[in-house]
Amino acid sequence: MIRQLNSNEIIKLLGKDFDSQSIDESKNELYVSADQLTNVCSILKNTKQASFDLLTCISGVDYVEYFQVVYHLTSTIHKHSCVLKVNLFGRSDLVCPSVYKFWQGADFQEREIWDLLGIYFEGHPNMKRIFLWDGFEGHPLRRDYLESPR
Amino acid sequence: MNSELMTVNFGPQHPSTHGVFRLRITLDGETVVGLEPVFGYLHRGSEKLAEERTFTQVITLTDRMDYTSAMTNNQAYVLSCEKLMEVTPPVRAQYLRVISAELSRIASHLIGTGFLINDLGAFITPLMYCFRERERILELFEMLCGARITLTYMRVGGVFQDTPAEFWPALDSFLTDMEFHLDEYESLLTGNEILLSRTVGVSSITTDQALNASITGPILRATGFDWDLRTVDPYEVYNRVNFEVPTGENGDNYDRYLVRIKEMRQSLSIIKQCVEQIEPGKVRLDLPFLIRPDSGEAYGRVESPKGELGFYLISDGSISPYRCKVRPPSLINLTLLNEMIVGWKVADMIVTLGSLDFNMGEVDR
Repeated sequence: MIRQLNSNEIIKLLGKDFDSQSIDESKNELYVSADQLTNVCSILKNTKQASFDLLTCISGVDYVEYFQVVYHLTSTIHKHSCVLKVNLFGRSDLVCPSVYKFWQGADFQEREIWDLLGIYFEGHPNMKRIFLWDGFEGHPLRRDYLESPR
Repeated sequence: MNSELMTVNFGPQHPSTHGVFRLRITLDGETVVGLEPVFGYLHRGSEKLAEERTFTQVITLTDRMDYTSAMTNNQAYVLSCEKLMEVTPPVRAQYLRVISAELSRIASHLIGTGFLINDLGAFITPLMYCFRERERILELFEMLCGARITLTYMRVGGVFQDTPAEFWPALDSFLTDMEFHLDEYESLLTGNEILLSRTVGVSSITTDQALNASITGPILRATGFDWDLRTVDPYEVYNRVNFEVPTGENGDNYDRYLVRIKEMRQSLSIIKQCVEQIEPGKVRLDLPFLIRPDSGEAYGRVESPKGELGFYLISDGSISPYRCKVRPPSLINLTLLNEMIVGWKVADMIVTLGSLDFNMGEVDR
């Protein structure tokens, strides 16, 4: 079985170097600020107790008041998984650091979120639309894109 | 001798791209020196559509993602819904789901194998051998739910209906014949000199490369790494059956082919054990027509024929999902295209695309 870690266990893995002031504790996921994300991912990928070597899924969610980027990580060595969440406020010029340098698997998934939700991933080597063409206006997966026909 | 570089659009309408997939390749003579995949020709906005449909209606959208194995798509979605609602379907339904998902896996691998051999230049004949058996699986699906490709067989809390009486004898005779047919493919292909010389050592990747690029499924297992969600994170009744996870050694095109052939044998064994173990009973929970899961979120995943297929569902308590994010294995498995193809000849590129066995319906959604 793959065991899902709760936020306290993830904080324990992050160690003393990590400034735990800036995170909210909740049950199954760890909220990380965008500035902290690179730091957190580096620790989760490279320390032996964590070794999250498989980036399962990156999702973007539009909660209208804010956007959320959700990372599902899995460790094939320890057979555990965790969920990281980054909240981004505002409706335009949203920027989130890219995790491409830790997991190459972020390549297409981050491009997809930029294409459909308009969250720009800084540090991604090829940040451009993936499904829609370059001249397309807007980001269709946003809740305010348009009233879709029923 | 120096030659001028040339950029060629490969696809979107090319038989070996298996759908509408375009590659912008830069060629030095016949060697590929640069490559950029272009997606989106089959983008239908399934995730956006799902936000406007009820939880049950979304099942029909999942059929149209990886249309070669609709059962596993259904399974991944309904498992996520059940995780969200914290319900467990009846045991008979779980067995029926596993049987149909494994049939789907065989059908998908038959397409993967057939088209790989087709891309190698063995025009149509081996493909038709594979389609002959696939046809029988589609007939079994027709008995289960009346449809052949877009099945919508599974429901949240079970399956659509119990099996008709004629299903079990037909399944039995298929299982017996399929063993023979797999031997037949292997006698024609596995030691075949043309297949060996065209695929062994071509486009190989290492386990570290594959894991770092989030590649799952037969492509990851062909590198020699034992990672199958059916064993590492068993869902439904996979912990009640015994099977092996076939792995390769070199992660090249040949190993990917071999892993798929071996997986089909394991799937047959899983179905046989399920047929022995299954008992009469209910096939569906009594859930309301319009499901309203409590606010929350769930990530459910299954081992689809292409790799890890996941659904990240968020509910706000209404009748349709607030967000329905798909983790498409076909798309993510293409991350390493550059590493696999650059440096090889155009003819090898076509074989590699065949051995990756991706499905554009799932890549673009």
